[in-house]
Amino acid sequence: MTKKVKFSIYRYNPEKDAKPYFQDYEVEVGDHDKKLLNALVKIKDDNDESLSFRRSCREGVCGSDAMNINGRNGLACLTDIADLKQPITLAPIPGLPVIRDLIVDMTQFFHQYHSIKPYVIDDRPMPEHERLQSPEERKELDGVIECILCACCSTACPSFWWNPDKFLGPAALLHAYRFLADSRDQATNERLDNLNDPYRLFRCHTIMNCVDVCPKHLNPTRAISRIKETMLARNV
Amino acid sequence: MSLPILKFDAVVVGGGGAGLRAALQLSEAGVKTVVLSKVFPTRSHTAAAQGGISASFGNSEEDNWHWHMYDTVKGADWLGDQDAIEFMCKQATDAVAELEHYGMPFDRLENGKIYQRPFGGHMAEFGKKPVRRACAVADRTGHAMLHALYQRNVKAQTHFFVEWMALDIIRNANGDVVGVTALEMETGQVYIIHAKAVLFATGGSGRIYQASTNAFINTGDGVGMALRAGLPVEDIEFWQFHPTGLAGAGVLITEGVRGEGGYLLNANGERFMERYAPTAKDLASRDVVSRAMQVEINEGRGCGTNKDHVLLKLDHLGAEVIDQRLPGIREISIQFLGIDPVKQPIPVVPTCHYMMGGIPTNYKGEVLDGVDEKVVSGFYAAGECACASVHGANRLGTNSLLDLVVFGKSAGNSVIDFVKATPEHKELPENAGAYSLERIAKLESTTGEKVADVRRDMQICMQQHASVFRTQKALDEGVVKMREIYERAKNVVIEDKSKVFNTARVEALEFLNTVEVALATMIAASVRTESRGAHAREDYPDRNDEKWMKHTLYYRDGQRLEYKEVHTKPLTVDYIPPAKRVY
Repeated sequence: MTKKVKFSIYRYNPEKDAKPYFQDYEVEVGDHDKKLLNALVKIKDDNDESLSFRRSCREGVCGSDAMNINGRNGLACLTDIADLKQPITLAPIPGLPVIRDLIVDMTQFFHQYHSIKPYVIDDRPMPEHERLQSPEERKELDGVIECILCACCSTACPSFWWNPDKFLGPAALLHAYRFLADSRDQATNERLDNLNDPYRLFRCHTIMNCVDVCPKHLNPTRAISRIKETMLARNV
Repeated sequence: MSLPILKFDAVVVGGGGAGLRAALQLSEAGVKTVVLSKVFPTRSHTAAAQGGISASFGNSEEDNWHWHMYDTVKGADWLGDQDAIEFMCKQATDAVAELEHYGMPFDRLENGKIYQRPFGGHMAEFGKKPVRRACAVADRTGHAMLHALYQRNVKAQTHFFVEWMALDIIRNANGDVVGVTALEMETGQVYIIHAKAVLFATGGSGRIYQASTNAFINTGDGVGMALRAGLPVEDIEFWQFHPTGLAGAGVLITEGVRGEGGYLLNANGERFMERYAPTAKDLASRDVVSRAMQVEINEGRGCGTNKDHVLLKLDHLGAEVIDQRLPGIREISIQFLGIDPVKQPIPVVPTCHYMMGGIPTNYKGEVLDGVDEKVVSGFYAAGECACASVHGANRLGTNSLLDLVVFGKSAGNSVIDFVKATPEHKELPENAGAYSLERIAKLESTTGEKVADVRRDMQICMQQHASVFRTQKALDEGVVKMREIYERAKNVVIEDKSKVFNTARVEALEFLNTVEVALATMIAASVRTESRGAHAREDYPDRNDEKWMKHTLYYRDGQRLEYKEVHTKPLTVDYIPPAKRVY
């Protein structure tokens, strides 16, 4: 059984388009084409090879195919076609410069991620085997290490839209918390100093769009509030 | 037309586990290095590895690297090189401890040590009973490892060219490798990267098959480039079919499910693996389990309306264990099939998963050419694209992640030595980029077939003729068909000729690599008249050590095959002689 799916997709090729526009597509999908990404690949294979989007793992672990789907950020590979109102409107994730069609320039997003020093800092000499960590200490990292850096959250955040260069955004802050929460990390003070700024951390106004759209069901808002609590506790 | 030239001491092609581990070694040693990656590094397919990384820490029960080595040799059905296997298994605990030191968030035991789970073919006392050797981060081990490696590279300030695709290897008149050509996707500009050393970590090519656990980006680019540069590919007929790909969707369901106590059922509700592997049962090697499943399906004991899959039962583990140890596969199963494994079994089928073959290397990551294993100066490879050969005819689960970090590091060290001993860059040949430009120009011809059409035919052909079970008839027909497809591939064209982020062009260039791998597979498989590891011939059901305990080398030129000896001298221990492979 095949069924027809209608789309309206944001198009922009800087080499020929003066400005972006939306293009309509109709594609037949089979029983196994459950996800939005299946339909997009079908359009590209059979109908219009110029339609441009990123994709790789098709199972929600690589974070390539974030896009704005009927007004809401999500991963094409984890979104059921059947759940979407047609025509399905697809646009790039908002707030970042568009390179072409659904492909955005993520430099700013990764710059913010890099700026939180996303690695465990522990300058003590390492033991021959693993450092020890209790299951309870390790549990603190559940709900943060699953992040796939897809940028659904940060590009759904109004604070990030207005200040993408100054506000870290939910993804980078989630990672900031990931290293604060890691019992092996020895740089708590340095990390908190790095965040203690009217913009970097404190532009989060708890709008919680990040929680709403995260395809991995993570909660950056909670991570942000925990950072704030840690900061308060230090200042007391 | 002259291309812009960028000069580095070393270029690493690929930003997955092997590439990142190699890059880290190079960056920390101060070698001027660039990493080219088709995707942002954390999007590499290493992220999809689920179950674990093997190391004989013995955190839960006695274990040692000799047992790990034995399991790997046996798993490989005696086609692995025992020097490389010893090297890897002996290094495993250091390599995994290093990952922990980089911040990889392993699950923990009560005593604070790394959590280890049982896995297929992991046995204690030289094959006697299952042992817990797979170090795990729930069922997201690859994702955690890839991110930790990337993060450590951020710390080391590794230089990346993200969304760049390497096109061709540049060799001088002497055959030395002196660089690569590469396409910057965002601009469409082609560059020459002039380097003292080139290290390939380009991953696998599972997209030669119709049903695959592999990502879209696993298109065999490294093997394609090596073949075009006149170098051979080794043991390419050996493809691992993972027992538990999600039926219909192809997505991987980790062997860790069976490691945690899950098992397979046929339509009669029978735990059939007990018949095929009395000791290891559902934790036999992957090739053994996949064949058993296929037999069950072929003999009419498959499940579902079409009797085309079997069931993976894990509900008896309980929601708590599943949510703690296997949260990712619960999510995948619900996402793609609407089945919650806490309540219902998961429909699974053997699905193409891993390329055991690859660019021939030694355990130092140096690329080797020919039967006499001549080192190709300036060229290194590690990870799935390489064949060291540790996996031989069948890879053990969790040895892939281990391979990435052990041989990524080893190849990185070899590059460091080579760069230090090589004060000047060797000169680029004249017209170094001309071949790549010709290939790109050819894609813009006015007449020809669409990439997607030829690619689809290739995938169907591979699936029909070179799958879990193979016969001479099917393979011979497959060779004829694949040769036709290969000819058609020479004339594929793209309509979209724009420069900026032209993914149609990228897909076409990828396909021209993939089709090389597919043809090599079919030809090599059609000639090997024995069953060994993942290469299972219905018409030659037994392993034939006398005639076939040798590595295949396939060359693109004349589509010719040569054979070289398996390394039977480990580095320090005694040779493990061939034995009947029972689990």
